[in-house]
Amino acid sequence: MAKTIDHLVDQVRENRVWRSIFRSGTGDSNLHRSLFVQQNVFLHLFSIKARKRTLEFSATWYLGALTFGTFLILVITGILLMLYYHPSVPQAYADMKDLQFVVSSGVFLRNLHRWSAHAMVFLVFAHMFKVFYRGAYRTPREFNWVIGVVLLLVTLLLSYTGYLLPWDQLAFWAVTVGSNIASAVPLMGSKIRFLLLGGTAVNANALLRFYVLHCVILPLAAILFIAIHFWRIRKDGGIYPGESPAEGSAK
Amino acid sequence: MSEEPKPTASPDSPEEMSRRRFFVKMGVGSIAVAAVGTAAFGYEFLSPNVLYEPSPIVDAGKPDHYAPDSVTLDPQTAIYVVRTAEGFFALSAICTHLGCLTAYKPDLGIIACPCHGSKFNKDGVKIEGPAPRPLPWLRMWLSDDGNLMVDRSNAIAIKQLVRV
Repeated sequence: MAKTIDHLVDQVRENRVWRSIFRSGTGDSNLHRSLFVQQNVFLHLFSIKARKRTLEFSATWYLGALTFGTFLILVITGILLMLYYHPSVPQAYADMKDLQFVVSSGVFLRNLHRWSAHAMVFLVFAHMFKVFYRGAYRTPREFNWVIGVVLLLVTLLLSYTGYLLPWDQLAFWAVTVGSNIASAVPLMGSKIRFLLLGGTAVNANALLRFYVLHCVILPLAAILFIAIHFWRIRKDGGIYPGESPAEGSAK
Repeated sequence: MSEEPKPTASPDSPEEMSRRRFFVKMGVGSIAVAAVGTAAFGYEFLSPNVLYEPSPIVDAGKPDHYAPDSVTLDPQTAIYVVRTAEGFFALSAICTHLGCLTAYKPDLGIIACPCHGSKFNKDGVKIEGPAPRPLPWLRMWLSDDGNLMVDRSNAIAIKQLVRV
């Protein structure tokens, strides 16, 4: 049984269609493995080799990977929620209630989206603390720290814009308060608020703007900066391994 | 990715299984179960439980609004109310070819489709054109307060007139 499955897998991996997509071919040599990573548009963001030490739990607590995991959950559940949500004043609240009470598994997806959003904010902070206290932000990784700060801001803006979309009292007053905070910026504060809301009050234009920011602009920004963030890990010599063990490890 | 190391007690007999092989099977098995569950879950989610669409049942108003021997199109609901000397019937105005809205031509006394030129007579019978079937008759009845009612979702095979 197991042998037949292995045989089938080998057959698939050796046929012409597979080989046209994955050109590196079958084999377990270091060359084959390196080529497999190098020739894949997604995997080539990562290095072909990693230090064993950096793969241990204690090195990172896997906080960056977990953050990325919550981001993937948020993208998938968010796209599904978009299928039942209209960003318009008469419909938004009712659509949110329909997702909770009418749509099959709607309440599961909505809660998964909500809790993953909370978890992502928590994990981003935890990841930053871990990086900071290990000293992993230092040269040559200081630019990747800056990218990380941009990603923190994008995460917070995603939380903030998503908060308005249920269009209930909590959402409305939270964004009223938040946009008034934006208007505290010196000189151009009221202009920023006007552009953010697309008007002078939290209304139909604000709902649509927050929807577009939440579902298109900010996720695209996040994906772009995540790609740079991952690629920079490779370019900066991999995940920070800590001080050399001879000098006493930096735990 | 790496090839499993040859276990010391080589599992030549079919009953024996290495630990790694067992966990691989468990892993692949649970992924398969999860994939089936996700497909079922996705299908259920994508099928709306409530539709915010207009009702298929249409109130066509009082019978005496329709002149004798007339064909009246309501473009909103895509039905013809036809009044003959004997009585009323309702005809779907949606062409059976590819779903365009047809129009009644009073000077020719026919129903014509603007998209691909199908033509039907006042009974819905096809005269010419690519349409494969006649325009269906729809169930029509009188409501308690004397209005003509039409069920657009209910095509009737036997042509019956509503006599008022």
